[in-house]
Amino acid sequence: MAAIGSAAPAGAKARWGLVDIAVVIYALVPVLWIVSLSFKTKETLTDGNFIPRSWTWQNYVDIFNTNEFIRALVNSIGIALIATVIAVVLGTMAAYAIARLDFPGKQVLVGVSLLIAMFPQVSLVSPLFEMERGLGLFDTWPGLILPYITFALPLAIYTLSAFFREIPWELEKAAKMDGATPAQAFRRVIAPLAAPGVFTTAILVFIFCWNDFLFAISLTSTESSRTVPAALSFFTGSSQFEDPTGTVCAAAVVITIPIILFVLFFQRRIVAGLTSGAVKG
Amino acid sequence: MSQTLDKPVARAVGKKALSEGKKAERKLGLWLCAPAALVMVAVTGYPIFYSIWLSLQRYDLRFPDERKFIGIDNYITVLSNSYWWTSFGVTTMITVISVVIELVLGMVLALIMHRTLVMRGLVRTVALIPYGIVTVVAAFSWRYAWTQDTGYLAQLVAPDSALLTERVPALAIIILAEVWKTVPFMALLLMAGLALVPDDLLKAASMDGASAWQRFTKVMIPVMKPAILVALLFRTLDAFRVFDNIFVLTSGAQETGSVSMQTYNNLIKGLNLGIGSTMSVLIFLAVALIAFLFIKVFGTAAPGSDDGGKR
Repeated sequence: MAAIGSAAPAGAKARWGLVDIAVVIYALVPVLWIVSLSFKTKETLTDGNFIPRSWTWQNYVDIFNTNEFIRALVNSIGIALIATVIAVVLGTMAAYAIARLDFPGKQVLVGVSLLIAMFPQVSLVSPLFEMERGLGLFDTWPGLILPYITFALPLAIYTLSAFFREIPWELEKAAKMDGATPAQAFRRVIAPLAAPGVFTTAILVFIFCWNDFLFAISLTSTESSRTVPAALSFFTGSSQFEDPTGTVCAAAVVITIPIILFVLFFQRRIVAGLTSGAVKG
Repeated sequence: MSQTLDKPVARAVGKKALSEGKKAERKLGLWLCAPAALVMVAVTGYPIFYSIWLSLQRYDLRFPDERKFIGIDNYITVLSNSYWWTSFGVTTMITVISVVIELVLGMVLALIMHRTLVMRGLVRTVALIPYGIVTVVAAFSWRYAWTQDTGYLAQLVAPDSALLTERVPALAIIILAEVWKTVPFMALLLMAGLALVPDDLLKAASMDGASAWQRFTKVMIPVMKPAILVALLFRTLDAFRVFDNIFVLTSGAQETGSVSMQTYNNLIKGLNLGIGSTMSVLIFLAVALIAFLFIKVFGTAAPGSDDGGKR
């Protein structure tokens, strides 16, 4: 803040460089620590060194040899992907209507989704637990997908309607003049233009589903639908007397990889999505 | 908004076409929103009423035969229980302290991301990692860092004591984990507000002899106020639900449990649906109250907040 001048002196650059490095350290240290632990051998696990003294892939070999982890990984990927697709499709439809059309109940819908965005998820755990047991949804994929869609929808609707407001709508009007119905205008003209926004929203929604822990441990009881974050807290190591630290860390690193990839490749989009949705909401 | 855009066209086409077009538009709008609205209402609206109904019953899954309507007895049980108030206090404390720290650090990070002269892309990318990372993963990282045998931080700070098993240090670590994870999110929201501050205004203030701190408090903060309030509201409500970090770091031992932990313990571990639902309803009411206060107290007090303060 000290140097706002347009010609940046080298000193200012160096100072900013130091500040930037501090940010990088802040953000990366916990991640690097868990990566480091995952590569430590059993003997050096407790040496407290930040960088492993001897490296091993053993922890990764171990987790990919246990059914528990593979199953949880499949559950995590499947549930998050399905929930993302459904939430984004429903969210796109609703956001288009909110951004573009005039219809009764619009304000109510916006209000309701804002309420849900602020809703304490734990308040739903008790009734959903009981309802899902009654409906046979407890400990199944749909049993997790449903609440994920619900809590992802407000996020999807806000982010998408913010994106949709910035689309050049004259094109839609032109299509309508050429005889397209509103539905056709939506499919043929607007949908392709909206694709980047939809994609960004999909990333945000996927991160949300991928992250969830509360529903994952409350609404599942076996490996048939337990996701990785939930399974992590039940890890006991490959044998009963073994300390699970190494395997927990390896599993943790595996589920962090997609997040790192998203952040690396879509940084701009994620920032745009998060800020547009939240501020204009 | 769309009305003003459509009007000239509609007028040109004629009155009859307008009403028919409007009708089609309304119908399409309702159809497009119906699925999203249905799912949201079915998965939140109905359960919240069901949860109120359950909270009025004695309903313990270990003794299903004793299920009975008992009115507000569960509320009396919970509200006169010291564990509940302890966890309520812990939750409130974690919420207030972490949101305050996040606001300060978030503002600092937002300024860095907004103003840095070098490596702007790198800083923004890296700052997104705490936001995106799975909370449980980060929590495990902190747990192992602060555990006596394995941890570099434990060895650095207090090699002879198990910090996670002592109440005050454990709470501090929980707050640290919360803050680390959410500062970038806070910073992004604030950065959006920062982008609204006109550079000319800052330059003018600087020419008039305003110091950096004066420019910050007198120019930036007022312009950013709506963005700050939205960020605070989002984070306060979010912090009040704190669960993942506590679950992994302490499992709520040494009275470090939040209200969400209490609910989970009563429900999933204790299988007491009546008490669990009562807590669910109470948390819902608490969150609703916080949101109401924010909108009532700050929302109306924020002048010129035509777009950030729009509920």
